Amino acid sequence: MRKTLTMGLLLSSLLFSCSGKNKSSNNFVYCSEGSPTAFNPQITTDGTSNNAAAHTIYEKLVDFKYGTTEVVPALAESFSISEDRLTYSFKLRKDVSFHDQGKFKPTRKLNADDVLFSINRMRVKDHPFNKVGGGSYEYFNGMEMGQIIKDVTKIDDHTINITLNRPEAPFLANLAMSFMSILSKEYGDYLTTKNEKEKIDQYPVGTGPFIFKKYVKDSIIRFKKNEQYRGEKAKVDGLIFAITPDASVRFQKLKAGECHLVIEPSPADLDAIEKDEGLKLLSGSGLNVGYLAMNTQRKPFDNQLVRQAINMALDKEAYIQAIYLGQAIKAKNPLPPTIWSYNNDIKDYEHNILKAKELLSKAGHPQGFETEIWTLPVTRPYNPNGKKMGEMMQADLAKVGIKAKLISYDWPTYLKKAREGKHQLIQLGWTGDNGDPDNFLNVLLGCGGVEAGSNVSRWCDQDFEKLISEAKLTTDILVRTQLYRKAQEIFKTQAPWVPLAHSKVFRAMSKSVKGYQIDPLGGDIFKKVELK
Amino acid sequence: MLSFTLKRLGDLIPTLIGVSLLSFFVIRLVPGDPVMLLLGERGADPKVYQEMKKELGLDRPIINQYGSFILNTLKGDLGRSIISKRKVTEEFFGRFPATLELGLCALIFAALIGIPLGILAAIKRNSFYDYFLMGGSLVGYSMPIFWWGLILIIVFSVGLGITPVSGRIDVIYEIKSLTGFYLIDTLLDTELISEEGLAPFTSAISHLILPSIAMGTIPLAVLARMTRSSMLEVLGEDYIRTAKAKGLPYKKVILVHALRNALIPIITVLGLMFGSIITGAILTETIFSWPGIGKWLVASINARDYPVIQGGVLFIATMVVMINLSVDFIYALVNPKMRH
Repeated sequence: MRKTLTMGLLLSSLLFSCSGKNKSSNNFVYCSEGSPTAFNPQITTDGTSNNAAAHTIYEKLVDFKYGTTEVVPALAESFSISEDRLTYSFKLRKDVSFHDQGKFKPTRKLNADDVLFSINRMRVKDHPFNKVGGGSYEYFNGMEMGQIIKDVTKIDDHTINITLNRPEAPFLANLAMSFMSILSKEYGDYLTTKNEKEKIDQYPVGTGPFIFKKYVKDSIIRFKKNEQYRGEKAKVDGLIFAITPDASVRFQKLKAGECHLVIEPSPADLDAIEKDEGLKLLSGSGLNVGYLAMNTQRKPFDNQLVRQAINMALDKEAYIQAIYLGQAIKAKNPLPPTIWSYNNDIKDYEHNILKAKELLSKAGHPQGFETEIWTLPVTRPYNPNGKKMGEMMQADLAKVGIKAKLISYDWPTYLKKAREGKHQLIQLGWTGDNGDPDNFLNVLLGCGGVEAGSNVSRWCDQDFEKLISEAKLTTDILVRTQLYRKAQEIFKTQAPWVPLAHSKVFRAMSKSVKGYQIDPLGGDIFKKVELK
Repeated sequence: MLSFTLKRLGDLIPTLIGVSLLSFFVIRLVPGDPVMLLLGERGADPKVYQEMKKELGLDRPIINQYGSFILNTLKGDLGRSIISKRKVTEEFFGRFPATLELGLCALIFAALIGIPLGILAAIKRNSFYDYFLMGGSLVGYSMPIFWWGLILIIVFSVGLGITPVSGRIDVIYEIKSLTGFYLIDTLLDTELISEEGLAPFTSAISHLILPSIAMGTIPLAVLARMTRSSMLEVLGEDYIRTAKAKGLPYKKVILVHALRNALIPIITVLGLMFGSIITGAILTETIFSWPGIGKWLVASINARDYPVIQGGVLFIATMVVMINLSVDFIYALVNPKMRH
């Protein structure tokens, strides 16, 4: 009997000693959705890794102003652009310290060598760190930075010039993207002498508001506040990423007080979060667009009237209610409304079966035709359920006589076949990288995107192309706005897509969290958060 | 015994060659390539695409790729993950202890409860207990782990607040990874013990409770049913009747004479179960944010991360073969007939 009692007491003491409540005083616990692939934004492409490294440890020459897509100086205190728009000159700040990472202690402040070291690692093949970690820089290459940048030169210790091969208006916004983070050359040299070059991507040394402490794979990432930070210092002493892949479990952890903020709550939990007295829900418009593209190189979608008819046949409002559970805005343009140059004067095609039928008759298809809809095989914020949406589209198209077959492949095959132009109607979408309209209009609808595979409507309109190319050559935002607005008009008349929706993004957090703002580019930034 | 050991170790070589061939070629038969996935919706200029393939060594003939994989494996180098760019060995051993720790706890939970329940059902054959236990084990066996895991969290963590929701240990404790097994590391880290006492250890135990129950429920049900049928078979043997006739105490007949023989098939099942627990940990690991290899491998299959799939599968196959080998040894210990 005594034995049973002792065992019982021991067991209950074990259980009650660890009810999991967050006992730490000023540590901010963020329940993230996955593990970072590496701690260097130069070699990663996903948002999870950006949250863990780019927004905490590192900084760039220029950055997006907190909560907006406006580009502002960061490590560069100022910059100037030459008349021919081919040379960008950056004056670096002199008060920037790199992190003391324990084993490595920086002896100097940031200078031009660090900028050269960081950019050249990605673009110069014989750079001592180019091949470290595999030597592939997907984002840098994907944004064609290798072709855009001609050279990076050091003018003096705190001035660098970047010369371009061609004028490129979105270049400044590209520099503010995570993959352009600045690493320490001194740390690189230190690792070279230790013969541990690979550690540069795993044990990061940056200049950002948080210092990397420890990463336990798929479990926890720990950061501490950077006391030497050049600007306003972080308001929490420690930042902890508790990696929790399942959305329902993240919500339970939030309720149990095991984390302060959770990424992407499940749509089914939104109501419960709003009703919970200890929690709050923030929402913001996502910088994304979900669309149905029509392959304009294949019949009958080479006919503008058919494309317009399909725009009229689909009931977008119903998709927003059923697929996005009302948490999205109906799209009429390829750009989301939060991006500058969004043309709000454009009138969307009304959902009208009769008119759609009329247009089809005019186009020579009074009885409709047979086609295929490729449904998105993955869940994305811009389209949470491709298959279900495909079924709704199929029913809508049947009303105008179009018999659509639903087809899907696994994700890599889907992308490969789409790139080869094997589709007729295809669901896809895009989440913006840098808040520049070029990042949507040129990537998704420019003629270059046809071969690259990002322009799946395979629509190459010379007037549209002229406008977006011209907009790349000038940095005057007013001129660019006019050009992009016109480009959107051409898009609307030509109708290579049915723009479907811009989904909202959500973050759920404890009421004690203050100072958090939703980042329009989809990241989670903690430099201003505090616990009260 | 030595020739038995050598023979079993010899069997390991063709098994591993077969596994390496399968893991290497099957994943390449699956459509889609890793470069396409890395690029996603963005796509890339065909020249850039080719260059990226070249950088990853995917442009070479497949036989050459296999040849270098085998050569490097023999040198102990399993390559680097395409996604994380880290060494596969480092990635694997960073996660494997977590899966092993959970797998062992789940199996201990299943064995400690399943076997006694099976014995009880066998000795109370056709009684209410028997029907109740076997009905219950059928329910346990059909339990969807994902749903069961969430129910456990909602009841014990959120409702009653007695267990943590997920993770391996409370985030406030920083554990020095000495062995990778938190139950051991929390007792070895003297610095942590001097600051926090046994709290990190108890935290590690409390984090193991729900995932072990979720992971161990199906094995528990299987073990209970197996034990029942195995015991019933043994209880019908003549020597048991003789033992009873000799007037041996009932407890001794059941626990010493019957159980020892009934355990033989159960040990075999336990060994096989351990292999499937390790490889099938994905659901439990996802629900309880458990940083093990199941989740990691599934993610790499989705990303067509060839080096991780090849290396990871090879490691797991080796582990499973080794576990089965040790089961054979235990089997030989329990059953002397096997030693020859």
